[in-house]
Amino acid sequence: MAGESNIRTALSNPAGWQSLLSFSILALAYLAAFSSRLFAVIRFESIIHEFDPWFNYRSTHHLVNYGFYNFLNWFDERAWYPLGRIVGGTVYPGLMVTAGTIHWLLNSLHITVHIRDVCVFLAPTFSGLTSIATYLLTKELWSQGAGLLAACFIAIVPGYISRSVAGSYDNEGIAIFALLFTYFLWVKSVKTGSIFWAGCTALAYFYMVSAWGGYVYIINLIPLHVFVLLLMGRFSYRIFVAYCAFFILGLLLSMQIPFVGFQPIRTSEHMASAGVFALLIAYGFLKYLHTHLSSLTKSEMRSLFFFAVAASAAAVLMAVVYLTYAGYVAPWSGRFYSLYDTGYAKIHIPIIASVSEHQPTTWVSFFFDLHVLVCTFPAGVWFCIKKINDERVFIVLYAISASYFAGVMVRLMLTLTPVVCILSAIAFSNVLERYLVDDTPKVHHIEDESEDDEEGDKRNKSKDLYDKAGKVRKIRHEPSGEPESLGGNVKTIVVMAVMMILMMFAVHCTWVTSNAYSSPSVVLASYNHDGSRNILDDFREAYYWLRQNTDDHSRVMSWWDYGYQIAGMANRTTLVDNNTWNNSHIALVGKAMSSNETRAYEIMKALDVDYVLVIFGGVIGYSGDDINKFLWMVRIAEGEHPKEIREGDYFTPQGEFRVDKAGSKTLLNCLMYKLCYYRFGEMQLDFRTPPGFDRTRNVEIGNKDISFQHLEEAYTTEHWLVRIYKVKKQDNRVRLDHTVRKTDIKPKTKFTSRKSGKRKRGFIKNKMLIKKGKRPSSKNKKPSRKTSSKK
Amino acid sequence: MATSQANVFTVVSKFYDEYVTTTPQRLKIIDAYLAYIMLTGIFQFGYCLLVGTFPFNSFLSGFISCVASFVLAVCLRVQVNPQNRKDFLHISPERAFADFVFAHIILHLVVMNFIG
Repeated sequence: MAGESNIRTALSNPAGWQSLLSFSILALAYLAAFSSRLFAVIRFESIIHEFDPWFNYRSTHHLVNYGFYNFLNWFDERAWYPLGRIVGGTVYPGLMVTAGTIHWLLNSLHITVHIRDVCVFLAPTFSGLTSIATYLLTKELWSQGAGLLAACFIAIVPGYISRSVAGSYDNEGIAIFALLFTYFLWVKSVKTGSIFWAGCTALAYFYMVSAWGGYVYIINLIPLHVFVLLLMGRFSYRIFVAYCAFFILGLLLSMQIPFVGFQPIRTSEHMASAGVFALLIAYGFLKYLHTHLSSLTKSEMRSLFFFAVAASAAAVLMAVVYLTYAGYVAPWSGRFYSLYDTGYAKIHIPIIASVSEHQPTTWVSFFFDLHVLVCTFPAGVWFCIKKINDERVFIVLYAISASYFAGVMVRLMLTLTPVVCILSAIAFSNVLERYLVDDTPKVHHIEDESEDDEEGDKRNKSKDLYDKAGKVRKIRHEPSGEPESLGGNVKTIVVMAVMMILMMFAVHCTWVTSNAYSSPSVVLASYNHDGSRNILDDFREAYYWLRQNTDDHSRVMSWWDYGYQIAGMANRTTLVDNNTWNNSHIALVGKAMSSNETRAYEIMKALDVDYVLVIFGGVIGYSGDDINKFLWMVRIAEGEHPKEIREGDYFTPQGEFRVDKAGSKTLLNCLMYKLCYYRFGEMQLDFRTPPGFDRTRNVEIGNKDISFQHLEEAYTTEHWLVRIYKVKKQDNRVRLDHTVRKTDIKPKTKFTSRKSGKRKRGFIKNKMLIKKGKRPSSKNKKPSRKTSSKK
Repeated sequence: MATSQANVFTVVSKFYDEYVTTTPQRLKIIDAYLAYIMLTGIFQFGYCLLVGTFPFNSFLSGFISCVASFVLAVCLRVQVNPQNRKDFLHISPERAFADFVFAHIILHLVVMNFIG
């Protein structure tokens, strides 16, 4: 009997069931997050995707092979050929160190995983951790039910998946986890006011600084939160302790990363946090004085207090402005200034403007990446504003700023996604709480909602309100007639509608992940009419040809998009790569690509180039090839060499960019054109189209007989996607420009010697004939003039 | 003008009297520690102005160490002050001190790394 009642009490322990349920839901969310990102690995193979991850993989490889200190001090002479790159000081090491640590840990347990597999699967692992961090954050902000919903949302939402599929080994994979974990710890610090949580926030902030350049967002959002709390009159000593401890420890920790260096005290992006720190200390001190000087009149004190606070705020602002003008503090850098003034980058920094991820966001992207969450997100903001407290101010500010930034740049949809998930979860949780509550006066409810404990409390409260308020309550519930039955039906309908919306959300997310965000972009795949798959592996084919058939020290020139891939897969020295830190060097390469062959050869000789690599999509209709990017090359080159390269020269007189016969002569004779279309004029892909028909531009090319003087074709891949040319050395004998003088003219007349019989050498001329015994005759004795002169 | 000056003086002297009489012993110890830290910080900054900022990371680590010790001690004082009890319901003075020590461990480890 006693045992039975024990079991019964154990089984009916709601807190126990609640924690078991939340644990299993979180575990399922982790699994969903991990497996939803594996499409590319299953369809293709475990390979690093895209461009930037190849550099991260190469650095991690270096870290694992040579150790941590050699990685921090690495000077890479195989990138940016004559200049080299100081990798230790220009990279955020968090990603590499995380992967290296996991690799070291697993290998020391004798689970011998290759570093490539650790890198490929790092992002899905951390996305599972992100959903746990989102759960913790939302639990602090609202309730446990909302937290579970938020965890499930962020596990599968496409906005986050796009940057964290398996194989996308990039900073954002771990940065979003660090961001949400830092925010969770900050909200916890604000709620408790303990230095311990503030210290933990600083440590999580340090991890975020090491992981991503977007840490600037944290160090501006948290001071903004404190400032808005001050403006709202919600100052309390908890915020004082939390922010001051976090700021000073976070400042010192953030300067440990070599890439960040002394920026936190020297650039405008970090000045907001320092300003708010000074303001908060001034405010706290004045409040302390206020409590001590309560002997004076209250109103006098209050006005003095306000005046003092305003004066100190003005003083802080003046100091920051003065320092910026005096040059001690650098102004906003181009990357962040272009978020404020969106037209700035197109004019001044064309490289930033040319990246496709930096374009403004379209409405389609919002729905594509967030589905129904973007509709319920404002509802969540409204709920947070209605029941405002210190931490909900933070999430509202996060929502507003993230919405603005996501509208400016497609890439920043990623920072909007977590807050949309959190606020939509709050909205959905509110709806479900209201409509899953059963107002009938029963005690046990074995329904399958997760908010058991809170539901019980709310039910009791609403029952009390119902009883206490009496008449008022009755009038309100009058139109619904019998409150139990009709209310029950309406509630069921609403709950079912919400469930259907959520199921459609899950289906949409999986469909988007499968179709749009799971391509490795190193390997292209197309599907035939019968559904079978046709794989185009040209990129890797070309890179491996380079790796196996060229000298180890040869230099490859290509456009900067492919630099990291060439360095990673082909292991050859490149001239420019995706880091784009040196605009002039890229402009030189752009100038070489846009000039005619002779001028380009001079530049290539000066840069010691051995091979040139171009991407050409005309045979298969690939639209991301170099001819489509060519105008950006011209623009970037024109930015540095405006006298030699003019963008207008490459357009027709009517202003079109055409590669057929009507194209401009400069375009038809430039190096990029020749490299792409060499021998293409003889190729007929289809009997309906003429030879030399470019499938991407859908025109027949203009200049078909192309010959090179200084280059020769080294390799073209199977579908003509990648073309590699070798730069020939200078000739041993330089051909002269003027006509060569002929030295082999045969004379028209035959030469006869003037030395006849009587005039040959060795013959005495006019020799006297002497017969012995006879007198020499006088008639032969005619002295010739010549004989006498010879004597 | 004379009255406002008199006002300022009376305010300051009143403040000093009130401070000496009403603050508990613990807070006075923390205040003495704060004054010492502030002096150290002023000396460091003065030295930097005299000699220059050559190993800038060393100067920064030393100066920020002073500022951080000052700030953490101020936070401790705020948490331990019995007047602020209602703000810090779940933090006893012992817990506040333990947090203070934890933050100082982090601080000094980072300072040791940064000092170069």
